[in-house]
Amino acid sequence: MEDNVLELIGIKKHFQDVEVLEGIDLTIKRGEFITLLGASGCGKTTTLRIIAGLESPDEGRVLLEGQDVTDLAPNQRDVNTVFQNYALFPHMNVADNIGYGLKLKKVPKREIREKVSSMLSLVQLEGYEKRRPSELSGGQRQRVAIARALVNNPKILLLDEPLGALDLQLRRAMQLELKRLQKKLGITFIYITHDQEEAINMSDRIVVMNQGICEQIGTADEIYNHPRTSYVAVFVGNANIISGQVDHLAGDQAVVDTCGGKALVNTDGVRLQPKEQVTLAVRSEHIELDENCGCGMKGQIAEKNYVGGMHRIVIALPDGSRLVSSRCGMDSQIEVGQEICFRWNSSHGVLVDRG
Amino acid sequence: MRKKRNWWTFTVLPLYAFTLIFVAGPLVYMIALSFASNREGYGVIWRFTAENYKRLLDPLYLGTFAQSLKLAFSSTAAIMLLGYPFGYFMAKLSSKWKKRMMLFLTIPFWVNSLIRLYGWIIILQTKGTLNGVLLNLGLIEKPLKLLYSYPAVLTGMIYTLLPFMILSVYSSAEKLDWSLIEAARDLGANAVQTFFTITLKLTFPGLLSGMILTFIPSMGLFFIADILGGNKIVLVGSLIQDQMTRGSNWPFAAALAVVLTVLTTLIIYIYRRVTHTSELEGLY
Repeated sequence: MEDNVLELIGIKKHFQDVEVLEGIDLTIKRGEFITLLGASGCGKTTTLRIIAGLESPDEGRVLLEGQDVTDLAPNQRDVNTVFQNYALFPHMNVADNIGYGLKLKKVPKREIREKVSSMLSLVQLEGYEKRRPSELSGGQRQRVAIARALVNNPKILLLDEPLGALDLQLRRAMQLELKRLQKKLGITFIYITHDQEEAINMSDRIVVMNQGICEQIGTADEIYNHPRTSYVAVFVGNANIISGQVDHLAGDQAVVDTCGGKALVNTDGVRLQPKEQVTLAVRSEHIELDENCGCGMKGQIAEKNYVGGMHRIVIALPDGSRLVSSRCGMDSQIEVGQEICFRWNSSHGVLVDRG
Repeated sequence: MRKKRNWWTFTVLPLYAFTLIFVAGPLVYMIALSFASNREGYGVIWRFTAENYKRLLDPLYLGTFAQSLKLAFSSTAAIMLLGYPFGYFMAKLSSKWKKRMMLFLTIPFWVNSLIRLYGWIIILQTKGTLNGVLLNLGLIEKPLKLLYSYPAVLTGMIYTLLPFMILSVYSSAEKLDWSLIEAARDLGANAVQTFFTITLKLTFPGLLSGMILTFIPSMGLFFIADILGGNKIVLVGSLIQDQMTRGSNWPFAAALAVVLTVLTTLIIYIYRRVTHTSELEGLY
């Protein structure tokens, strides 16, 4: 049995003068929950529409279970989509909406009824058969849309920001439920979101997209703790980006000369040369402030405010760039305008943008 | 609360009065007239008779009704086949082109429809434009007799009533959510299945109001048959007009009109029952 359910090879697409996808390569394993994460306009929806067959690529191939489906119409692919606005048929009730795909496949009526009711119990909407979409709440419409796609037992389920219109609490509950469904059914899910928390909560692997290219593909841990590019570090981890020059190497650590002072980073097997320009990413919660100025780098407190239960402290560096440090349970003696030293554990400084 | 409601009732009263005076009144008068006796020369004698309705059963008049119905059905069918795709694809245009198409559709309304129909005479007559073109292309050897025929009247009907169908379908199709069509394709429907299960179903209210907007006038538009059909094609509308003026038989004209109204209402009722459409766009 082929292990890869989907392969995208060199997908390119433009609309009018805008290059939306600039060569997407992606291999997805059977049963994976994969998330395409990116800001709006990064090309994630276009990628999804190309997989569904609703858009055809200018260049590149789409392989579904090893078969080239690039030129097949959407109805000829074993892939179903949960649309962003749900796209439930307003002139049909819930049962007819869910049974639509089966009816087209000429499945006997009794079997349709059985499958529809088992789908409804799967999405916890028993007894809603006769309701019209207009009589349902947003969360219920969402479930119907998922049931309507899943009932066809697709090889891949595509979800285009399906939770975008729901409130935060419902969204959290639906995240768990989607994950539960995916595990239970073993169907490959390709999920689109711009919310990094959602992506980290649900996915086996995350594809971070930016301006038509894949910035990084990896597990939540890889993306979050070992970002490869400054874009990923900022978008997923809200990291600070600091550039500097390698001062000297000491074993598997490097001392980097930045405008705030000398910083220590783990090289993680990356080969560095002295005097080389490097870019570091450090997440705000890893920047430790040191009022006694025993060591590390120097800056000035530019802003201090509370965000939720946290302190968010903005440090201005001598060259005008700014770093954000956020810590919970901080002592509040720090004043705006005060000179301060800060440092981070060498394992928390990550080298990014290395070609 | 109660006071407020009284006030509202009061403000809509003029509307009821208007409807009563200008819609219900003439209708009642027409029904009453259809049971009155004709006076030779001019006017009526208010004496009850069913003679006007009996006279309708004459094969001559029944034939006129049949002719009218046939024309109304065939012109509605032709207008539907031409107008539906036109209206549908118009809704898919960019907003710039939508505005232009709307202008193209409304420009003819600036010219009186009678004058536009006389234009068709110039096109269709024996030494007219169409015959000229066909002769020059060598497609025909002798000029065709196009004017004063059934096809000529049908053409006139289609020409006059097509915009109503187009605009009616357009307004329905413009509200159609394109993602529903994508959803249907995604769930396994081919283009034809998508059209019949989604597109047509959801634009049906527009199509139906278009059908009614074309069917009712095509039963009654006498001047099209008069101008393009000569005396060869006699429709109920022309008959009513004729009885009212030259024939000077108002009661019989009223009886014809009552039957035409009842027949049209009945057909629309059946349309709606058969198609289970409870809501129409812009009508009822």
